Amino acid sequence: MAETILEVRNLKKYFKTARGMLHAVDDVSFSIEKGHTLGIVGESGCGKTTTGRCILRLVEPTSGEIYFEGKDILSLNRSEMKSIRKDMQIIFQDPFSSLDPRYTINQALSETLRVNRIRTGKKAIEDRVLELMETVGLAERLINTYPHELDGGRRQRIGIARALAMEPKFIVCDEPVSALDVSIQAQILNLLEDLQEKLGLSYIFITHDLAVVNHFADEIAVMYLGQIVEKAPTEELFDNPVHPYTRALLSAIPIPEVMENRPQTLLTGEISSPINPGNECRFAKRCRFACEGCRQHCPELVQIKPGHFVACSRTGEV
Amino acid sequence: MEETVKTTNDDIVLELENLRVKFVLETETVEAVNGISISLRRGRTLGLAGETGAGKTTTALSLLRLVPYPGRVECDKLVVEGHDVLKMSQKELEKYRGADLAMIFQDPMTSLNPVFTVGQQIADTIMLHDPTTREDAMKKAEAMLELVGIPAARAVEYPHQFSGGMKQRVVIAIALACNPGVLIADEPTTALDVTIQAQVLALMKKLRDERGMSMIMITHDLGIIADVCDEVAIMYAGRIIEYGTLRDVFNHTRHPYTEGLFNSLPNIRSRREKLKPIPGLMPDPSNLPKGCAFAPRCRYATDACRAERPADRMLSDTHMVACTRYDEPGFRIDRPDRD
Repeated sequence: MAETILEVRNLKKYFKTARGMLHAVDDVSFSIEKGHTLGIVGESGCGKTTTGRCILRLVEPTSGEIYFEGKDILSLNRSEMKSIRKDMQIIFQDPFSSLDPRYTINQALSETLRVNRIRTGKKAIEDRVLELMETVGLAERLINTYPHELDGGRRQRIGIARALAMEPKFIVCDEPVSALDVSIQAQILNLLEDLQEKLGLSYIFITHDLAVVNHFADEIAVMYLGQIVEKAPTEELFDNPVHPYTRALLSAIPIPEVMENRPQTLLTGEISSPINPGNECRFAKRCRFACEGCRQHCPELVQIKPGHFVACSRTGEV
Repeated sequence: MEETVKTTNDDIVLELENLRVKFVLETETVEAVNGISISLRRGRTLGLAGETGAGKTTTALSLLRLVPYPGRVECDKLVVEGHDVLKMSQKELEKYRGADLAMIFQDPMTSLNPVFTVGQQIADTIMLHDPTTREDAMKKAEAMLELVGIPAARAVEYPHQFSGGMKQRVVIAIALACNPGVLIADEPTTALDVTIQAQVLALMKKLRDERGMSMIMITHDLGIIADVCDEVAIMYAGRIIEYGTLRDVFNHTRHPYTEGLFNSLPNIRSRREKLKPIPGLMPDPSNLPKGCAFAPRCRYATDACRAERPADRMLSDTHMVACTRYDEPGFRIDRPDRD
């Protein structure tokens, strides 16, 4: 049995709004093994980013438990949390807004090293900065450039280098390639993959792009309006998707191939509001299989095969 | 599917020849578009694909003659629906935009006016082109909303009351209100979620087919091209580097850049295969290389490629590729999963 690096149990995050409680993350549980990647997939507003931020306590969860290497991180105080964050890093979607525009690459990376006392002494810090730049494929001559002088791909490389500076064991990658062009996207995906192999990193890979996550993840959790509706090993999820939402999501991906009459199941209707959701299946309004029972209680995540979980009352019927 | 292109003149709704767009700035000249020619037949959809900075949007804006200052547009021919657009006065251009050629922009949030109801905004477009009373225009606006799948009763609502997918439907309704012969859609679904994107694309295809409209679909997503287009033009650094029917370009890929694009895409069907990215970056449009703009990133490039800008070569009646290597009789690019 492989070692579990992160375990999340019954995570909830509600936000107070003028119209009621917004259930951004509602009772989400999963775990990740060391060296593995969990893909969290879903559309805007499904709670995938909030889940990622809760794990690092960048937003404080409403309730639930998070264990990192067996330690309950929600019980840690500020300074304990600070030291454990060295092991848990995050790469953000938009490398432009997550970098300080007035810091050169050198300043951004050496500050990280200095403040967190990863390295001490001018020489040691300088060496490490160059080493990090090399690791992420940034040429040494760029050391004194500012973020605005660089393209999106290179900026994202700084974001990755900054996360690696802490020598983490685990990284939340929050849509790290969504803002990039395909040819650059592939460069960054390969870099993340190489780093995982070399450094034994574990990832949570948050994305709306199923093709990217298919390539990258060992296991995938599909989220819809704050809940996980299906979770399975990647291959299993793509070969035997069970939840009607997963199936619709898969059939909605445009495939770059010439195909005559590709069968598509289009969803009708719009996403319902995550504010004060009732006790019903949250996908029922858009689901063509929804019946009375679906509108009366919210289905639980049930294991249908080893490792394959689905939250749908009509599993097996349709 | 029809594979050969028969070009009788009345069949062509849009013809553009040798478009060049430059932005002359104080310290540099940005060459955004460097000689683009396209022709579009009635009822067909052309996809313009390429990455950021390839010149896709500038090309579209040139068709509407909306390139902003300090852009300088030069072009040998631009004829849309039989009108010579290059000779039009400002007044004629106002008529032309929307009635002959309409455009849908990427971000529905910024292309709608937040202080008017969606019904008013559609009616305004109708009244601009068609002298009619506001009441009639509002009635027509409601019919347009129904057409794009929004209940007519919502005509009195403001843009912020709609979701992203709904807003893009409103933008489509505005674009189609005057029954244009050609619709340009500039990344119409990039801001939308995939399931909503699928709905909007299906709607666009349906309306296009019902109205016999021609369409230019601008996108970076080759999946959308495969779904919607009949013909494809792949753009790189302001030029079309490969042009042909969907089958030509997707199943008989010939340009190294197009090959590179396909290889960089994570494929939903073949799992866990290492991606093969295109090395390097798009060249700076203010400092383009002398020869082929793609040569610095191209694994097939020779000295001849770096010396001179490649000419357009026709590989068949429909398939064009701008690559010097095809001067060598034996040269061919093969994607192992195709052909």
